[in-house]
Amino acid sequence: MASLNVNGRVVEIDAHPDTPLLWALREQAGLTGTKYGCGIAQCGACTVHIDGEPVRSCSITLGSVTATQKIVTIEGLSPDISHPIQKAWLELDVPQCGYCQSGMIMAAAALLAKKPKPTDVDIDEAMTNICRCGTYNRVRAGIKLAAGI
Amino acid sequence: MADNAVLSRRSLLKGSAAAAGAFTLGFSIPFTEAQAQNATPEVNAWVVIHPDDRIVVRIARSEMGQGTLTGLAQLVAEELEADWSKVSWEYPTPGENLRRNRIWRNFSTGGSRGIRESHQYVREGGAAARIMLVQAAAKEWGVPEGECRAAKSVITHTPSGRTVTYGKVAAAAAKLEVPKEVKLKPASEWTIAGKSVKRLDTVDKLNGKQVYGADIKLPGMLNAAIKACPVFGGTLVSFDAAKVTGMPGVKKVVQVDRRTVAVIADHWWQAKTALDALPITWDNGPHASASSETIAATLREGLDAEQAFEGNKAGDAKGAIASAAKRVEATYSYPFQNHACMEPMNATALWTPEKCEVWCPTQNGESALAAAIEASGHPAAKCDVHKVHLGGGFGRRGRSDYVTQAVLIAKQMPGTPVKLLWSREEDMLQGTYHPITMARMVAGLDKDGNLVGLHMRISGQSILSGVNPQGLQNGRDPVVFQGLNPGGQEGPFGYGIPNLLIDHAMRNPHVPPGFWRGVNLNQNAIYVECFMDELAHAAGVDPLEFRRRLMKNTPKHLAVLEAVAKGIGWGSPSAPGTAKGLAQIMGFGSYVAAAAEVSVSNAGEIKVHRIVAATNPGHVVNPDQVAAQVEGSFVYGLSAAFHQECTVKNGRIVEENFDTYPAMRINEMPKVESILVPSGDFWGGVGEPTIAVAAPAVLNAIFAATGKRVRSLPLKNADLRRA
Repeated sequence: MASLNVNGRVVEIDAHPDTPLLWALREQAGLTGTKYGCGIAQCGACTVHIDGEPVRSCSITLGSVTATQKIVTIEGLSPDISHPIQKAWLELDVPQCGYCQSGMIMAAAALLAKKPKPTDVDIDEAMTNICRCGTYNRVRAGIKLAAGI
Repeated sequence: MADNAVLSRRSLLKGSAAAAGAFTLGFSIPFTEAQAQNATPEVNAWVVIHPDDRIVVRIARSEMGQGTLTGLAQLVAEELEADWSKVSWEYPTPGENLRRNRIWRNFSTGGSRGIRESHQYVREGGAAARIMLVQAAAKEWGVPEGECRAAKSVITHTPSGRTVTYGKVAAAAAKLEVPKEVKLKPASEWTIAGKSVKRLDTVDKLNGKQVYGADIKLPGMLNAAIKACPVFGGTLVSFDAAKVTGMPGVKKVVQVDRRTVAVIADHWWQAKTALDALPITWDNGPHASASSETIAATLREGLDAEQAFEGNKAGDAKGAIASAAKRVEATYSYPFQNHACMEPMNATALWTPEKCEVWCPTQNGESALAAAIEASGHPAAKCDVHKVHLGGGFGRRGRSDYVTQAVLIAKQMPGTPVKLLWSREEDMLQGTYHPITMARMVAGLDKDGNLVGLHMRISGQSILSGVNPQGLQNGRDPVVFQGLNPGGQEGPFGYGIPNLLIDHAMRNPHVPPGFWRGVNLNQNAIYVECFMDELAHAAGVDPLEFRRRLMKNTPKHLAVLEAVAKGIGWGSPSAPGTAKGLAQIMGFGSYVAAAAEVSVSNAGEIKVHRIVAATNPGHVVNPDQVAAQVEGSFVYGLSAAFHQECTVKNGRIVEENFDTYPAMRINEMPKVESILVPSGDFWGGVGEPTIAVAAPAVLNAIFAATGKRVRSLPLKNADLRRA
């Protein structure tokens, strides 16, 4: 049994320590907003924050996360879609199918936390998530709208 | 496309008699508010209005990101004279459709058909509901119907000024007869349709609440991981279940069909871990030695083959080319590609001796139902499918192989719902691939540089042969000729060439083909539009001007081409180091063109700086969502053009994940300017056609920048370094 701090709450996880954090979140914690896309840290659909850093949760194990590390998933980003990234995404109708968007939003929120006024190069470097529908230009516009640039 | 339509129709006809009786879902989870209601306050099949004025529009097609549900709801709401702020939506189930004699008609969502093929009857549905609501109000007031008008969900008796909202008369309206003939508004009077209203399905995609198939949770549900023989045509010989049955959470190891095994466990990660540890013996079958090289050799042979199916013919192409002043020849090739939807294939099934229910993301609820009926062994009336949002479709989810598998697995756990989820690797290895083709283009130019004859020989795979052989016409696959046809909705050829022959030598490798967003239009647009560029250069004529001379009788094709040429600044000098290219095509009922501005570094790195795209889809229901489809089309099309290739070794696909099958990311994404030029006289699709012009516009710009003509895709294999 592992203890995790997820979205400000302590969650007890009954899974093998080798289980990827992604699957512990989805299957044990019931937080299915974080998505499985590739399992090898390529696509970013599984991005969550650990102590504010964007992390691809498919590629770290449950056993490597400590009880005191603060995990934030898409469900915990804001209580009411009030994070500036979520508001910008709504304003610009960014998502198409939406499956990659939890990861996109978490990566974008982490970028803004670090760089409140990101450049295009900053966006290119931080946003390496894959979107097959092709929302990239709206993702970029959404980050800029949220950043007020 | 006609992929599953025939199959599902057959199954459904078979099942419809049995479906006549009452059928109640014993086990269901509500996906939308209306489904949670016991008594549905339905005005007619398309429109549900609650007493508090909330409107629920029924959507038969599947939403997979393309925005069709919002567009269809706009069309219904327009004729309904609805208050748009009160509109939401729900999916009727395919089983309900069957029970009600296909009242919602076609559920198939492919071929950019959602709006172009149902705009008429969904608008009629909205109009009929409005008429019924007005009739109900007039009856209640005892006034002539003609004295009442409806606007924004309110009915007003004009002489007296009395008003009533839809919610108050909906129950009475529902009891009236549905009018048979209704008059629709001209597009010029639209107030909801034609506007960039916000999508109806965005909010839940921002906070993790949107439930995709992979997220389905049912009480007592188990999870399954699956592996089919990676060599197409191979079979499962044996597996050693005893080696994994003691692993954490594992409940059962099951044979699914003759080529597939699955592990069922409490959690999916447990199932996958056990599956990876499961000793499996495959019989790789007759294609175990096939490779990309052997497949390419087969296709090359087809380039010269005597026998070929004709797609378009005028005059005497071979004769004209033989006597032409100048002969130009080039051979192009296009690889297999996987759809690579972000959400891997999945379906959840509950099988009991009495019934079968499936929850799944599908582009065709009716063929998913047909698959469930067949796999379950139950009559149609005892089966249903609950559609959930798709994490991408792109044609892959028009197939129901994963539904069949889920039911066959659940059948081995009676009474327990089982969710089947493919790994990314399974998704890559068990695709239905964008078909492999080559084309030999041979043309003759007269002494003035006019194109006098063109022979286009396509050699390669036929989708219909693999997916729906009943759709072949005396062996000929009409889909192969998308964009090259003498006429019709699926792409009349844009050029008037006096001597023309377009034919297809069918060569079907063992790798299963499928409808892949853009279908054959993608390959065909590359072959034709890049070769047109080659011919223009051979003739010493500007590529736009060269095309114009051939487009005197295809003004709609030409209009979008002119629009992008103007937008990109064709004819004016490019920014230093950049060059321009353009392309046009007609398909999926719409005319599209693109112009690209690119640069290529000395090291051979390509950068696409800017894209201008023009679309004439006839009518535009939601300009912002059309723009989103156009933008996205360049990601799908250029991901394919730059990076994507499924190669074959030892009979199986080599690339198993995004590390070896990359997709374009944000740093490669060009600016896209989308120009909409709807001519208002037809209805075309927008989800796919633009993909086809993405690659040729960029390839032609690369030639303009480097003098190097890339004829084999993807571009990652091309060496564009400057010597």
